Amino acid sequence: MGTSCPPRDIHIKHIAKSYIYMPNHTVADILRGLEAKTFSSEEITQQYLDAIVAHDPRYNSYITVTADAALAQARAADQARQNGNGGLLCGVPIAHKDIFCTEGVRTSCASKMLDNFIAPYNATVVSKMAQAGTVTLGKTNMDEFAMGSSNETSFYGKVHNPWNTDCVPGGSSGGSAAAIAAGLAPAATGTDTGGSIRQPAALCGLTGIKPTYGRVSRYGMIAFASSLDQAGPMAKTAEDNALLLQAMAGFDPLDSTSMQLAVPDFVGNLNKDLKGLKIGVPKEYFSEGLDPAIGAAVEAALDEYRKLGAEIKAISLPHTHLAVPCYYIIAPAEASANLSRFDGVRYGYRCENPKDLDDLYTRTRAEGFGAEVKRRILIGTYALSSGFYDAYYRKAQQIRRLIKQDFDAAFKEVDMIAGPTTPNPAFALGEKVSDPLTMYLEDIYTIAVNLAGLPAISLPVGFTQGKPIGLQLIGRDFDEASLLAAAHQYQQRSDWHRQAAPGSV
Amino acid sequence: MSLDQNEISKLARLARINVADSETEELSQRIGDILDMVDVMQAVDTSNVVAMANPHDAVQRLRADEVSETNQRDHFQTIAPQTEDGLYLVPQVIE
Repeated sequence: MGTSCPPRDIHIKHIAKSYIYMPNHTVADILRGLEAKTFSSEEITQQYLDAIVAHDPRYNSYITVTADAALAQARAADQARQNGNGGLLCGVPIAHKDIFCTEGVRTSCASKMLDNFIAPYNATVVSKMAQAGTVTLGKTNMDEFAMGSSNETSFYGKVHNPWNTDCVPGGSSGGSAAAIAAGLAPAATGTDTGGSIRQPAALCGLTGIKPTYGRVSRYGMIAFASSLDQAGPMAKTAEDNALLLQAMAGFDPLDSTSMQLAVPDFVGNLNKDLKGLKIGVPKEYFSEGLDPAIGAAVEAALDEYRKLGAEIKAISLPHTHLAVPCYYIIAPAEASANLSRFDGVRYGYRCENPKDLDDLYTRTRAEGFGAEVKRRILIGTYALSSGFYDAYYRKAQQIRRLIKQDFDAAFKEVDMIAGPTTPNPAFALGEKVSDPLTMYLEDIYTIAVNLAGLPAISLPVGFTQGKPIGLQLIGRDFDEASLLAAAHQYQQRSDWHRQAAPGSV
Repeated sequence: MSLDQNEISKLARLARINVADSETEELSQRIGDILDMVDVMQAVDTSNVVAMANPHDAVQRLRADEVSETNQRDHFQTIAPQTEDGLYLVPQVIE
């Protein structure tokens, strides 16, 4: 492993006294404050709304801020709490990625195509979070239709990483990540099709979990690749992720791929003993292309897990190199079908003066979609077209099974798989946008997890050149509880997740 | 590999996306790069591998064939580009 270890001691049992202030509140902090009546939901919501106005111009993390609705929700939450009938997250302000339909609010998916789209109903995730008592501050920026790893393809402009504003926050949930890292929301929702929660969480020093496919409803979440898409939370800590996932997860009859399984007590399970936990480390995740500083930080984190009683074992996932190629057939193929609904007839953008129906379709879609989205639709169309289907789409689906079988075999030997979340820390804005292939490789460690449908969490385990490093833990199907517990207990022994980005509020 | 002008035109037609002549060359190159990248899959023997469409190999869950939705036409049409008498308007299709 490399030598450029982060210049800090990771073995911190007690949080060092050198902090000037608790950088910004976690969800758990806010719940404690609300419970103790240190502040009201209305007060803390107003504080976040003020901070967004003052600081977001630097980051561009929000597309829409719903100030009036937020304050009304906050007052209702304060009332509910006083009446003793508040939900799990009563009065906690959060942000929603602008991919979740929110009734009466623009839901743009960061696309010109939906710039005028006022959602006529709520996504199940939005309804469930509202039922739990959260307050919606607004809708966060993202890559257009969630297609990207840098948040540079948004119709509303790129997002800046609070740790280094010349760098990308990651994508596609880059606005959610930047908002939390900048202190403009304590937590946010995200979606993850190939790494879109975990990669921005890693690049912005946050904790984010992609739940098992089918754990969280996809209803009202604008579809990108339906067999891969999954919603999940992003926040500073594993504890906050457990709280949020507790509220989001569960069977939904409105999503035909939602699994009919009870939701475990994620919060109550956080301190489950890790003694005897077998963690597999795939050799393929430490190959060429991995920044040595990231490799060293991951090794240091694994040492902490040894101290917590875990056993670290070398494993192999031999089809890892096929994950990115497989994904770049399956995801565009599904996207080309999903995005056929944007035709200028029922909602969204419509071109001016169409001369006939064909002109309406082809010009609406040419003008409404950005370059990366069009490229992916065309690739997907190619892979599904007559004469190429077997060679591309069917082949990719077969490779997908081989990738899944790698994980099945590994989970016979180990309980969890660990490695870096990304091969590199946050890269410069503009650096990879003109070269999509190198951008795609930033998701090399996260993509296979979506193909296999497994749950995985990213948590901060260090810094290199002032930029955060993420550790990815991959779990068995529907075993989010173990991932959250493993991340939480590491965070009891480290303080990477408590670092504040420069300039954050 | 790169796609020729005719192949790009055919794809654009299938996807109902108008592609300007000025965009063809770059698109052809970019799509070709991706096809080159995915070509590594062709070397893998998958002759006995069953294609995987769902991570849990789940099949579509069915519901009872009963009315479960109410009519929300007016609500949904408030965001439509053009409507008349409850209908969505598009350019004339039949002369």
